[in-house]
Amino acid sequence: MAIADVKEYTHLTAEEVEDIGRRLDELRARIEASRNAEDAAYIHRLIRVQRGLAFAGRVAMTVGAYVPKERKAVRRGAVIGGTALLGVAKILENMEIGHNVMHGQWDWMNDPEIHSSTWEWDTAQPAEQWKHSHNYVHHQFTNVLGYDNDIGYGILRMAREQKWHPANLGQPVYNALLATLFEWGVALHDLDIERIRKLEKDPVEMKRQLKQIFRKGRNQILKDYIVYPALSGPGWKQTLQANVAANITRNLWAYVIIFCGHFPDGALHFTEEEVEDETRAEWYLRQMLGSANFDGGRLLHILSGSLGYQIEHHVFPDLPSNRYPEIAVEVRKICAEHGIPYTTGPLYQQYGQALRTITLLSLPNSWTKHASEKYGAIQPPTAEVTDRGRKSDAERPTRRTELGGWSRASASARA
Amino acid sequence: MAVRTAVRELSPTRRRRDWFAVRSLAEGLTTPLHPDDYLRYVNPLWTSRELRGRVESVVRETEDAATLVIRPGWGWRFDHKAGQYVGIGVPIEGRYQWRSYSLTSTPRRRGRRITITIRAMPEGKLSGHLIEGLAPGTVVRLAAPAGDFVLPDPPPERILFLVGGSGITPIMAMLKTLVRRAGEGRWALPDVHLVYSSPTPERMIFRERLSRLAANHESLTFTPIFTDTDGMLTFDKLDEVVPDWRERQTWACGPAPMLDAATEHWQDADLEDALHLERFTLERGDDAGEGGTVSFQNSGKEHEAEPGTTVLEAGEAAGVGMPYGCRMGICHTCTLTLVKGSVTDVRNGDRFDQPNEQIQTCVTVPDGDCTIAI
Repeated sequence: MAIADVKEYTHLTAEEVEDIGRRLDELRARIEASRNAEDAAYIHRLIRVQRGLAFAGRVAMTVGAYVPKERKAVRRGAVIGGTALLGVAKILENMEIGHNVMHGQWDWMNDPEIHSSTWEWDTAQPAEQWKHSHNYVHHQFTNVLGYDNDIGYGILRMAREQKWHPANLGQPVYNALLATLFEWGVALHDLDIERIRKLEKDPVEMKRQLKQIFRKGRNQILKDYIVYPALSGPGWKQTLQANVAANITRNLWAYVIIFCGHFPDGALHFTEEEVEDETRAEWYLRQMLGSANFDGGRLLHILSGSLGYQIEHHVFPDLPSNRYPEIAVEVRKICAEHGIPYTTGPLYQQYGQALRTITLLSLPNSWTKHASEKYGAIQPPTAEVTDRGRKSDAERPTRRTELGGWSRASASARA
Repeated sequence: MAVRTAVRELSPTRRRRDWFAVRSLAEGLTTPLHPDDYLRYVNPLWTSRELRGRVESVVRETEDAATLVIRPGWGWRFDHKAGQYVGIGVPIEGRYQWRSYSLTSTPRRRGRRITITIRAMPEGKLSGHLIEGLAPGTVVRLAAPAGDFVLPDPPPERILFLVGGSGITPIMAMLKTLVRRAGEGRWALPDVHLVYSSPTPERMIFRERLSRLAANHESLTFTPIFTDTDGMLTFDKLDEVVPDWRERQTWACGPAPMLDAATEHWQDADLEDALHLERFTLERGDDAGEGGTVSFQNSGKEHEAEPGTTVLEAGEAAGVGMPYGCRMGICHTCTLTLVKGSVTDVRNGDRFDQPNEQIQTCVTVPDGDCTIAI
């Protein structure tokens, strides 16, 4: 069995599949050759704006804490304004800047300060572990059951093929917790707690990862919850609350956007057999079928790290994000010409579908049959995956060149 | 983010130590970024994340050569040795391009500025851009000075400088430094003979300054050779121009054919130790890595690398058109995909061994056989 047997593909001949691959390769080459000073100006401007917002937010919060208690309106305004500025700064930093820089989207500038090998982002997960769990494991094995750890992050049951367990009944609760504490969930994502629990994890690697997470998490907590509140003197409590609020804002927003990438109806799951001996063109097709976009204006796309162009991002993870809109025009055309589904919709609809799947799949498949018929897009299972464990790197095919040119290094972290 | 060596290497004077204590406190506020990542928006030179400099002026030397006067930012130490080169990176079409040029300024502890002199190469897009396109005020990236084409301290008593074309730049720094130190009474000015070839007087960089120096200092002899009218100086005529060349320590800088001929001439005289040439190499231990066969996948070429040979050097030895920039691991221009095998970063001993991993070829050495996609 190969990917050609997936229903959405069966009408394509092998030549058509290769032709799609060729067109996408040409598109990549065209964008790569046309990267220029304007693209560089885009990321520089964005970083400047983000640092300005972060600085302004911190200042507003801290100064606001010293405003006398009688002037309640000023005090409150400063704190709320500061929280909003800091929240937006963190969102921009994590999504349109950090996530994309770490994909190597800006490596072509040869600027060591904006490079996948050296970027460290303003969240609890160490960059090096993110580049492994996201750039390699998620992007190469997108939506392949048993291979892509991002299908439910080992917490949620997100595919009907995954075997139901009574613990899944709690999914709506786990989901709410994951959304609120998203930063910390992501921080532990590459550790593979399952493997640790079974004592299968390489102790040296585990120690290294834990040390990284501890150091990064400690610095984040110190900064947000100790140092800035301490600088706020008598108003420390207010600053602490503001920091918590800013971090939670970022957590919720990042969570919503990320859940819209692969969980709305229409984004397909694949089995191990379906991706056997996958060609480059088939890999492209799987990325297109496994991802979902959402619609919106330029500002929404920037605030969501251009993940509204999830399909384009998965086809070309390392092309500069500001070019995704023009890439999308081509990708849509290819999809339309070949009758390949191109999943998109408004943000609320896409997230709503993800939420519905979370809720429905907390129950066994047999109880939700009617729903699966009603919402035809929720696929009936083609196979059941009983092995819930994760694959180690040794059990996975090695890194594909389609993932682009990100560098793992800043290897000081890799003791 | 990794603070570059530039920061760590700063001399630990008391003032600096206090300053760093303040900075590391401030890092608690900006983590995972550095305070510098914010301060650079106040003044682009207020960061030592990467060495930077602001171009203060561009002084025309000849029709096709100019001197850039650069004010370096934080993290720069003015303790380079005369004759060393420095990397300079400028963004062209959004992408940093790097070249190395010899410093022509003399090292001073209390320095404020450095100078490099650049000749526009007919095919060199970057060198042309540097002398034509850099407006004063432009901020450029710098790489720390490097190179072992330097004079010993104290200098030998008799020196021959053998120069062709823009090879004058490191020699100019040496001459200036010799004269200045002699003026400070540190040593007497050695007996220096400078033989400097250039096609025409107009194209000879520093011609007037050198004539002035020679007129003011008795122990300095300046022999300009204008090859368009005088013809090329071939080494069989060296005895006529510098009869006592065998008794001098010689520093030669110029086009490759000239250096090759010089090497041969000094070898024939069994005086190789007296000849010093400029080489652009990375400082590192010779025993780094195990060496091995480096295969270049797309070009089908191979090179047996000795321990300590970088992947970049192996590629160049095999005749592969390797991309490179600063040659010291800063600029990422040389980054290529390691298809299989394992390499070690000579700067910190980090190993890269995953298939299809991006590596910086200028600072990695092979550990056994490896394959590179180029």
